[in-house]
Amino acid sequence: MKGKKSRSSGGRFSEVDKKDECINPVSKTQEILKLRLSRNHIPSEIFGRQEEKRHLKDLIRRTGLFGESNSVLIIGPRGNGKSALVQKVLVELGEEEDIHTNLLQVHLNGLLQTDDKIALKEITRQLQLENTVGDRVFGSFAETLQFLLEALKSGNQSSKPILFILDEFDLFAQHRNQTLLYNLFDVAQSAQAPICVVGITCRLDVLELLEKRVKSRFSHRQIYLFSNMTFEDYVMLFKELLKLEDDFPDRRFQSDWNKSIEELSEAQSVVDMLKRQFSFSQDVCALKQLLFLPVCNLNEMDVPRLKPAMFVESMKISTSDSKSAMLHGVSILELCLIIAMKHLTDIFEGEPFNFEMVYNEYRKFAQRHSSMQVFHKAVVLKAFEHLVALELVKPVEGGSTKIQKEYRLMSLLLHNTQIMDALQKYPQCPTDVRNWATLSIS
Amino acid sequence: MKARIHILYADQLTWGLSTVFRQAVDIRYQPLYIIDMDSASSEDFETIIDEILEEIPCRQKQISTLVSLFGKRAHCTPGAIFLYGHASTGKSLVVNTLMDKLKLPFVILNCVECYSQRFLYEHILNSLHQTDLFAVNESVSRIKCENMNDFIRLFKQVLSQKGLDKETVYIIMDKAERMRDMESNILPAFLRLQELSSSNVCVILLSEIVWEKFRWGTGFAEPYVLHFPEYKKDELLQILSKGCPTDFPESCYVMYLNLVLSVFHHVCRDLREIQHLVNLNFMKFAEPIRNGEATSKDSKKLWKNIEPHLKKALPTVYLREVSSSQWQRYQAENAGDTEQENTSQNLQGLSHRCHVDLPYYTKYLLIAAYLASYNPAKTDKRFFAKHTGKKTKKISQTAKFRWEASNHVLGPKAFPLDRLMAIFYSIVEGKVAPTANIFMQITSLVSLHMLTLDPRDDQIITPKYKCLVSLDLIKSVARTVNFDVVRYLYDFV
Ligand SMILES: Nc1ncnc2c1ncn2[C@@H]1O[C@H](COP(=O)(O)OP(=O)(O)OP(=O)(O)O)[C@@H](O)[C@H]1O
Ligand SMILES: Nc1ncnc2c1ncn2[C@@H]1O[C@H](COP(=O)(O)OP(=O)(O)OP(=O)(O)O)[C@@H](O)[C@H]1O
Ligand SMILES: [Mg+2]
Ligand SMILES: [Mg+2]
Repeated sequence: MKGKKSRSSGGRFSEVDKKDECINPVSKTQEILKLRLSRNHIPSEIFGRQEEKRHLKDLIRRTGLFGESNSVLIIGPRGNGKSALVQKVLVELGEEEDIHTNLLQVHLNGLLQTDDKIALKEITRQLQLENTVGDRVFGSFAETLQFLLEALKSGNQSSKPILFILDEFDLFAQHRNQTLLYNLFDVAQSAQAPICVVGITCRLDVLELLEKRVKSRFSHRQIYLFSNMTFEDYVMLFKELLKLEDDFPDRRFQSDWNKSIEELSEAQSVVDMLKRQFSFSQDVCALKQLLFLPVCNLNEMDVPRLKPAMFVESMKISTSDSKSAMLHGVSILELCLIIAMKHLTDIFEGEPFNFEMVYNEYRKFAQRHSSMQVFHKAVVLKAFEHLVALELVKPVEGGSTKIQKEYRLMSLLLHNTQIMDALQKYPQCPTDVRNWATLSIS
Repeated sequence: MKARIHILYADQLTWGLSTVFRQAVDIRYQPLYIIDMDSASSEDFETIIDEILEEIPCRQKQISTLVSLFGKRAHCTPGAIFLYGHASTGKSLVVNTLMDKLKLPFVILNCVECYSQRFLYEHILNSLHQTDLFAVNESVSRIKCENMNDFIRLFKQVLSQKGLDKETVYIIMDKAERMRDMESNILPAFLRLQELSSSNVCVILLSEIVWEKFRWGTGFAEPYVLHFPEYKKDELLQILSKGCPTDFPESCYVMYLNLVLSVFHHVCRDLREIQHLVNLNFMKFAEPIRNGEATSKDSKKLWKNIEPHLKKALPTVYLREVSSSQWQRYQAENAGDTEQENTSQNLQGLSHRCHVDLPYYTKYLLIAAYLASYNPAKTDKRFFAKHTGKKTKKISQTAKFRWEASNHVLGPKAFPLDRLMAIFYSIVEGKVAPTANIFMQITSLVSLHMLTLDPRDDQIITPKYKCLVSLDLIKSVARTVNFDVVRYLYDFV
């Protein structure tokens, strides 16, 4: 706190005065990078996806320009740029005049439109046909969709092409009878109206989810986005994410900053960190998250540049084991119970146990050691229930509910290594307890 | 067609009306434009942060991490932040204080209260819109929202209406573990709220449960996870000592805190719980000092005075066997009274639970049911036949091994009705006719949840029961009819 005070009274004023209105390049950089690291941001280039991008762009363009109907699924693991790819393609196509004016877009997301009725309403809204539909009553889903498509035909021309984007596509397959999917694919296949259906999903088995009649109408065109990055690519991406682009107002600062990023990417600790994260997952989103805190910690006064230590710290936060962290905070009594449960799990080879057994183990231990206080059963039960509330212990599925809680079967959701690790770091752990834990099955 | 337009029109009317309302109603978010973090000098900002650090000791690291994640008002934040840690580690306190002091636009909600998706959406929208929940024409001015799809649309609408789309809006969801019980799309959608609504919003989830347990189903985006570690003993002391009464010597209060912790710290690390115990027992501790019997330096005397008292609080107040007001009354009654014996009546504590009033024969029925549940059927002959051999010696030797697998560890077993009746007739005093009355009693025991019908077996031809009462209770019931139940229990002979 003291340091902060002195810093704020230090050279600040003079600097603020000097720059007066001009925005500090560091905070400007911070703003740009934060925006870039957030999920909403559409990157200026999707790294290593040129081929896929061209393919998708081509498909959509054919619908937009020639009224061709298409359907395609984009499949890949989470945080791997599926949505970003589609967004990027749309932005680029939006710059082409005739597609921009011609192509209508409908964006759906499986998390939002949880059933087909909502989806249909949303489609109507996005096509701005609410007033046309009015309070007309339709017999079936297909009829409604047909009406919507008809309504888009202006005069006697053919109707405008529509692009349907279904994010979290697998969730739509859970809707009753897959009505929406069936109808969309049916329209696309029979070319009743020019539409392009783009599904985005992270499930590799997505085709298995489709009913036969739906599947047979799908074009079976799929774009796979697997991460095929090498470590060099990964480091490259790391640099791309942090470097400033040429349109930055302060050119001197920009080249200076970019040089510091180059240096950063060569620092041993950063390379180690990246290696570790890379072997862990190649998820771009995870990398972005890792970089977020260091960028947040930038500060025009004390921390004008990113430092390797900040990344190491951020890595430490993101990889810490949360269950062990929770274990450090339980009371001694609760810790004893966990050890008792560990022994029971060892003895019975993973079979579930109940509170009475745990209490028995605990009592035997506490009576053997004079340093331990033996608590009343009700007090112990409260501690046990706290562990259940923390979901470190869980009732066995399918156990009868009509049974006293002392006898309900439970299983321990902690691994031995987690318990041992927690014991190591537990503040002021009594030696008796520690010895008891290391005691092997006798 | 007409109806549709009418509805649209009503919608607009609603919005217009509520804008009028807003000006009349509390203007909670107004000051937000006064302290603008960008334009206000960072001097101000730092004094605010220092104030917060002063107010919430022992949470520097968490606070500074959060502050830097929030950054300037207009900056992007992570889409979701997940804060976890044990109860009363200051999660809610830190987040609320930060929001209040930094004057950020936020909505706070508790997922226990907003237990259905409709409440959840409407709470967020209406608080953002500052609709007065108790306005006269509430039916007109409240925003209604039923599903996630509408929520996202209305959310964007409200943000732009309120001019909040220029800065980060925070949605704080306390007790977030409850969101797992709602529809499966809600939690993932909130984690992606930033992406889905393409606005600058940050969802903060607070929970006692680790993040791994939230991840099931599909659609998840990983939040930024931050741990609130538990308070160490000295940190507890530091926080608690802020509650020292002004007219009391601080060093003595710290000693008192140490005493309380020495009794309770083994069992409980929950700051709130300890604080409660500290406050409840302080009068008793200070009594000798107030009376002039001891000075604040007589640590030994004070310890002697308070220790048995605290020990008693453990199985009573801590377990909520007595309410705090009962405990206070008990303390008041015993002021100056050194004997402890006569207090057992008005402070029943644990024994209180073991008291039930039942008709005479019902008590025997209950005992018989208990015996049938916990004794193996093959031992019935030994216990209840009139002529038994002298086998008891031999049993006690093997008792130790048996304990491991006894029914008192594994739980009660189901028994058929005729076995219950056989035991009942052999233990009950005098002759009892097997009338319908007796069987009625079994039904009433079932409805009292002392017995239960075992659902697995055929309930009409051979109904099977289980006894659900504890050993303590059966002992106290048996005592009232002068029956030594322990002698008949296989696990204890
Ligand atoms: N190859 C890449 N180059 C640059 N940025 C990328 C790349 N891949 C992903 N990103 C970035 O990572 C973030 C996450 O990507 P996106 O939202 O597209 O993931 P997703 O595959 O849709 O994940 P989910 O299945 O969880 O929806 C985006 O902000 C995107 O800009
Ligand atoms: N660092 C602290 N300084 C002062 N008081 C604190 C501190 N931490 C917690 N408290 C006190 O403890 C009480 C509980 O804290 P808080 O409500 O923040 O806990 P929580 O972590 O949200 O717990 P829960 O998980 O039960 O909601 C607060 O009312 C506050 O008075
Ligand atoms: Mg996506
Ligand atoms: Mg809380």
